[in-house]
Amino acid sequence: MFNHLLSLLIWLPIVGAVPVLLAGSSRPNAARWLALLFMVLTFAASLFLLPRYDAAAGGLQLVESHVWIASLGVHYGLAVDGISVALILLTTFVGILVVVGAWEVIQNRPHQYMAAMLVLEGLMIGVFCATDALLFYVFFEAMLIPMFILIGVWGGPRRVYATLKFFIYTFFGSVFMLIGLLYLYHKAGTFDLHALAALPLSLKEQSWLFFAFLIAFAIKVPMVPVHTWLPDAHVEAPTGGSVVLAAVMLKVGAYGFLRFTLPIVPDAAAHYVWLIVVLSLVAVVYIGYVALVQEDMKKLVAYSSVAHMGFVTLGIFVGYLLVRDAGNVDAAKLGMQGAMVQMISHGFVSGAMFSCIGVMYDRLHTRLIKDYGGVINVMPWFGFFYVLFAMANCGLPGTSGFVGEFMVILASFSANPWIALFAAFTLIIGAAYTLWMVKRVLWGEVGNAHVAEMKDINGRETFVLAAFAALVLLIGIWPEPLVHLMDSSVAQLVQQLGTHKI
Amino acid sequence: MPTLNDILVLLPEFYLVAAACLLLLVDAFMKPEQRGALHWLSIIVLLVAIYLVVAGQPQGTVTAFDGMFVRDRAAEILKVFALLCVALVFVYARPYLVDRKQFQGEFYTLMLFAVIGVMLLVSAGNLVMVYLGLELLTLSSYGLVALNRDSPLSSEAAMKYFVLGALSSGMLLYGMSMVYGAAGTLDLAALHGAASHSGLPHLMLFGLIFMLVGIAFKLGAAPFHMWIPDVYQGATTPVTTFIASASKLAAFGMAYRLLEAGLGDLSHYWQPMLAAIAVLSLAIGNLVAIVQSNLKRMLAYSTISHMGYLLIGLVNAGPEGYASAMFYAISYALMGTAAFGVILALARAGFECEEIDDFKGLNQRSPWMAFLMMLAMFSLAGVPPLYGFFAKYLVLQAAIDANMLWLAVVGVVFAIIGLYYYLRVVKVMYFDKPEEGTHVVVQPDAGLRVVLSLNALVLVALGLYWGPLLGWCRQAFAG
Repeated sequence: MFNHLLSLLIWLPIVGAVPVLLAGSSRPNAARWLALLFMVLTFAASLFLLPRYDAAAGGLQLVESHVWIASLGVHYGLAVDGISVALILLTTFVGILVVVGAWEVIQNRPHQYMAAMLVLEGLMIGVFCATDALLFYVFFEAMLIPMFILIGVWGGPRRVYATLKFFIYTFFGSVFMLIGLLYLYHKAGTFDLHALAALPLSLKEQSWLFFAFLIAFAIKVPMVPVHTWLPDAHVEAPTGGSVVLAAVMLKVGAYGFLRFTLPIVPDAAAHYVWLIVVLSLVAVVYIGYVALVQEDMKKLVAYSSVAHMGFVTLGIFVGYLLVRDAGNVDAAKLGMQGAMVQMISHGFVSGAMFSCIGVMYDRLHTRLIKDYGGVINVMPWFGFFYVLFAMANCGLPGTSGFVGEFMVILASFSANPWIALFAAFTLIIGAAYTLWMVKRVLWGEVGNAHVAEMKDINGRETFVLAAFAALVLLIGIWPEPLVHLMDSSVAQLVQQLGTHKI
Repeated sequence: MPTLNDILVLLPEFYLVAAACLLLLVDAFMKPEQRGALHWLSIIVLLVAIYLVVAGQPQGTVTAFDGMFVRDRAAEILKVFALLCVALVFVYARPYLVDRKQFQGEFYTLMLFAVIGVMLLVSAGNLVMVYLGLELLTLSSYGLVALNRDSPLSSEAAMKYFVLGALSSGMLLYGMSMVYGAAGTLDLAALHGAASHSGLPHLMLFGLIFMLVGIAFKLGAAPFHMWIPDVYQGATTPVTTFIASASKLAAFGMAYRLLEAGLGDLSHYWQPMLAAIAVLSLAIGNLVAIVQSNLKRMLAYSTISHMGYLLIGLVNAGPEGYASAMFYAISYALMGTAAFGVILALARAGFECEEIDDFKGLNQRSPWMAFLMMLAMFSLAGVPPLYGFFAKYLVLQAAIDANMLWLAVVGVVFAIIGLYYYLRVVKVMYFDKPEEGTHVVVQPDAGLRVVLSLNALVLVALGLYWGPLLGWCRQAFAG
């Protein structure tokens, strides 16, 4: 079993979707319990990664490689490094909370909802394990199908528009990556990422490939200006869909940068690093302002996700400036580490924020800020969690949101104080839009009669929010284990920043 | 003189001719209420034919009747899949035909003769043989399209098909006569050597262009695609299924025989022409499909675009290009049978289920059928991990290997555009509410249900593990 731990993690939820589907709409509770069982089993299996993965050694571990398509030399190749392990744990953890969160909320064909979630989970884990570019692409694209169904069937009023936009937008990006991968295969005769990293490429080739990868991953992250699908998808998606989308799927884009752009086209990435840095800063500053004026809570959190993901791309790419121009490997490592912590932290914080909004939506069936007011008076426990996550969202020290942003700002200060200045804007803007929302939703007099009738969170909802809260605080107060888990992998990535392929 | 060996090489074809004639006789003497037996007999006949093709598979390439007939790996694979597709059509068609009182022997015999045409065509070693196989296939197809003679739509489709088909056959024949005039041989193998140093190169090219027109017409590639939408929509759905599956395999076989086996030396002439046809097909097929409201018509335009992808594989003009095109043809045949199979499964007496709106809320009425259709749609759209993605991936790879990166880029751009109309079908099935009065839970025939499920699940299975199939396709064109 342990030799195939990664395969188990991928296929357990996917295969688990079959009995969940078979349970059918006639036995919704059976479907729910089965889904929960498979999510918990997957999470339990993913916990075995921690003892099995030697964080000190780094590199790719738990390698599985089987010939998939012999005549093309394509392998079913899986392996994880510290970053993948962290992301897989995030995925399996969020998976459980999503199933619990949807328990009574999803009344329309719950078995299909749960099955789609399970399939989605398996495919996302697959993305984080794949060491073969074609396999990665398969998982990367296949993810769209369950998400498309999730948004389209259980989403809000404009769900069809949102889900079609989501699918076509993302597909649009990734087919250009496919062309890039085909070109690489044409040159190297293999899809093995390790071999592709060693493939010498001219700057011209690298530039084309860089943009092919950029368009795929920038849409997924999403970066400005290709972020417009995200607010629509988030607003219309059911709560669980939003949580998975924000917590895990966005990370797939950033993860793609780490696995493809950094190792395969380092020189082009260094060449165009300013483009990424500027786009990241635009995301942080401009999208922050956009978030400020939103009237829909989900849209606000969606825009804040774009802004926070700007920190991730900034942290990854600012390393080029540090390593190549200043030779400052330590600062680059700090930035990279910050980006990774920010990824995980944002997974918990945004997942928690969307869960909170879901809790309110289930009661009043509106997401507009103006329909609420004084919620704390009727839902004190909910208010407690909501404020905690809001603080994490604006990066209060002691919560996970602070750690990553702080590291990235520090690193970018070494590269160029101007970058740090703009990045630090988030501390003000992030606080502004988050706290202003909290003020309008939670504080003050009870807004209207509907709000007055809201009941505080029940046991199930408390469990979900408390689980998120525990991790947000844990990473905020004691990030050491997480940093240690990813440390040597981050060091290797930083080393790749300085590699020349020309 | 034909030797015993010649006859043995053609055993599957001879057997099928005999069986088809026998079935025609049996049908004539059969009471209408016993006609169910004919259905089973036809399927058994096809399965035995598949067995004969596989079991009698020779080592390497064997020719018979002085090179008229070639039995090689490529032909074997195409034959097996064509026979399989026809067997699937039979299974899917029966409830449909019974419901419409069209359950007649002609359907079966014409279908069997059409598939004999397919088998001769893909095994042709001579221009005459290509023409004979093609005519046997198309004449049977005209009859099949016209089978529903009370429907004006069918008659119109059959008429259009016949007139345009005859025209294209004429073009093909004219091209062949030019090529014969230039090279002095009808034998494809001899032509292969003679084509590039013919004393009359212009005549040769002139003939090539006309032959390309004939091939493009058979494939249904733009700008020779006009018949496809009308025939797909006008023909009864089982016949459409046949034209979308086995007939496309035959068209690929014909393209391969004529272009590679015959005129392979002229590939630098026909490559750019095929590339142009491919781009046109992708553009017209995908763009026009978007505005269709009839599913059969939409799938017709989608076929045109799929033929564009198949041509991208042929443009490569190397063994791997042909392998990718054949892989594509097989994928399209299996996806076509699955998609049309769902339409057939949902059709009832007096209800064709061919408008896209007929699929509204299918997930609530028949979740399994909706799921199978979703698989077919995502596969046609080329979304991994389904079979259709890998077929697209291989032809794009072939284009890049032929240093035609631009063609691959055009291919993916139109894949994005094409995605929209496939997603629309999924959207209608999953996101829309069923219309009033259509709350009937659909319960298709059990046998059909099982076979159709297998057909659609194969799209997943071949998406997860397509190595052996690709291996066969590559073997067929290696060396």
